[in-house]
Amino acid sequence: MTLEEKKQQIIEEFSLYDEWLDKYEYLIELGKALEPFPEEKKTEERLIKGCQSRVWLDHELKDGRLFFSADSDAIITKGIISLLISVYSGRTPQEIAADDFGFVAEIGLKENLSPTRANGLVSMINTIKSVAENGR
Amino acid sequence: MSVSEIRNQFPILSHTVYGKPLVYLDNAATAQRPQAVVDLWQKLALEENANIHRAVHHLAAQATDAYEGARDAVKEFLNADSREEIVFTSGATASMNLVAFSFGEAFIHEGDEVIVSVAEHHSNIVPWQMLCERKKAVLKVLDIRENGVLAVESLEKLISRRTKIVAISHISNVLGLVNPVQEIVRICHKNGVPVLIDGSQGVVHESVDVQALDCDFYAFSGHKLYAATGTGVLYGKKKWLDAMPPYMGGGEMIATVRFSGTTYAPLPEKFEAGTQNFNGAPTLVPAMELVKSMRADAEAQKEQEAILDYVYKHLAEDERIVLYGTDRAAKIPLFSFAVKGAHHEDLALILDKMGIAVRSGQMCAEPLMDRLGVTGLLRASFAPYNTLQEAEYFIKSLDKAINMLV
Repeated sequence: MTLEEKKQQIIEEFSLYDEWLDKYEYLIELGKALEPFPEEKKTEERLIKGCQSRVWLDHELKDGRLFFSADSDAIITKGIISLLISVYSGRTPQEIAADDFGFVAEIGLKENLSPTRANGLVSMINTIKSVAENGR
Repeated sequence: MSVSEIRNQFPILSHTVYGKPLVYLDNAATAQRPQAVVDLWQKLALEENANIHRAVHHLAAQATDAYEGARDAVKEFLNADSREEIVFTSGATASMNLVAFSFGEAFIHEGDEVIVSVAEHHSNIVPWQMLCERKKAVLKVLDIRENGVLAVESLEKLISRRTKIVAISHISNVLGLVNPVQEIVRICHKNGVPVLIDGSQGVVHESVDVQALDCDFYAFSGHKLYAATGTGVLYGKKKWLDAMPPYMGGGEMIATVRFSGTTYAPLPEKFEAGTQNFNGAPTLVPAMELVKSMRADAEAQKEQEAILDYVYKHLAEDERIVLYGTDRAAKIPLFSFAVKGAHHEDLALILDKMGIAVRSGQMCAEPLMDRLGVTGLLRASFAPYNTLQEAEYFIKSLDKAINMLV
């Protein structure tokens, strides 16, 4: 699935839910389904600054593509990072760096989070972007 | 006065959030403002706005009267000995910084000691830490017992010849327990040590008589007591305030200013540098009137008791929940708790979508969070305008939120 197709798929999935509680249910399910993140990887340098709850993001470059893994001690936050990973993991750094992350606004995620959470979301996006821009 | 009559005085309580009725349970952070407070605030700004204490014109006289009248009202409210003992500040934080600085300048020297409790708000820790750093003094910490009650029995052992002041909250903003302040003052005074009480939560829930309590300082914020934001009070015994140097300079805190030296105004102006919050401070008057009438009202009191009983029972007995501050006899309707297997932020976020405003996080009490071994908690704090029905909706919604997460 291309980046555009994947984003479109998520926008459609979110449009199925009218109530924000249902969207949270969906994010919680995503969070719970995220692959286990090894305890030893929960280090200070993998911690994303600017989130109220703790979020760790790790990445590796394989065959020219970036693969992300993450964890959080808060489940909705974990669902959000899981959503971002499902979109951007396995893409090339160039592809990610060129993306505007506009789909986040389209599903109303940022607007519907408390300001502290919204800042956390911005921090997550910025971290993914800077990883891609550094091409690592 | 019924609870609905109290509610009617607070326009915001009829608002909805996300299409659901607002259930405001973050009162320990800031209370809502009643119409009478907002009306006065507006009237002062629109009709009586002039700088106080300075000019001879009519408006200035009116504004000064409103401001100084509020001082008299606070004096009565706290039963202080004189109006000189009431200093207006911008809030409890400013009050405590004032004491930490000015009392510290006058009385604290290298090797001296200050005692705070582990359950203090940052505003009653950090000013003392700054003082101790400046003066090379030592900050000592009074612990709590398992149920959250201050370990008063170890206070006397903690006090030494070098102890210069004890700073303790009337009610912790996390544990929601009324501390035995009378007993603390007795122990401290027996040892010749003055006491500052952080009354930010205490003054909201308890009738305070500073003379009966015999405390040396009592600090609180207006915004938690239904008055305008940016208002605050420091009560201090005259003998201490007289002996303390000013905290800030400028404005009407002076007697004469010469480059050869400046002398200071008498109390309380000595501690009110700059233009005072003359629009805000007078709103303490209708706010305190409302507090007094709510306290005197049997129906309102009964509803508060019912909320306390109901919420305490549900949170204490629910095996999924760990409630902190469990001395039932000292409990006020302020509940901080953890839910096993669920993050406090997730819970707060879900409750928010149900229209319920609660606090999540460290609640400006990081040392207490460390002491309790948690990264944060969820807090629901009730005011007399909250109803038992809201409490029931909160417990039901909490259950739903837990089921979503765990």
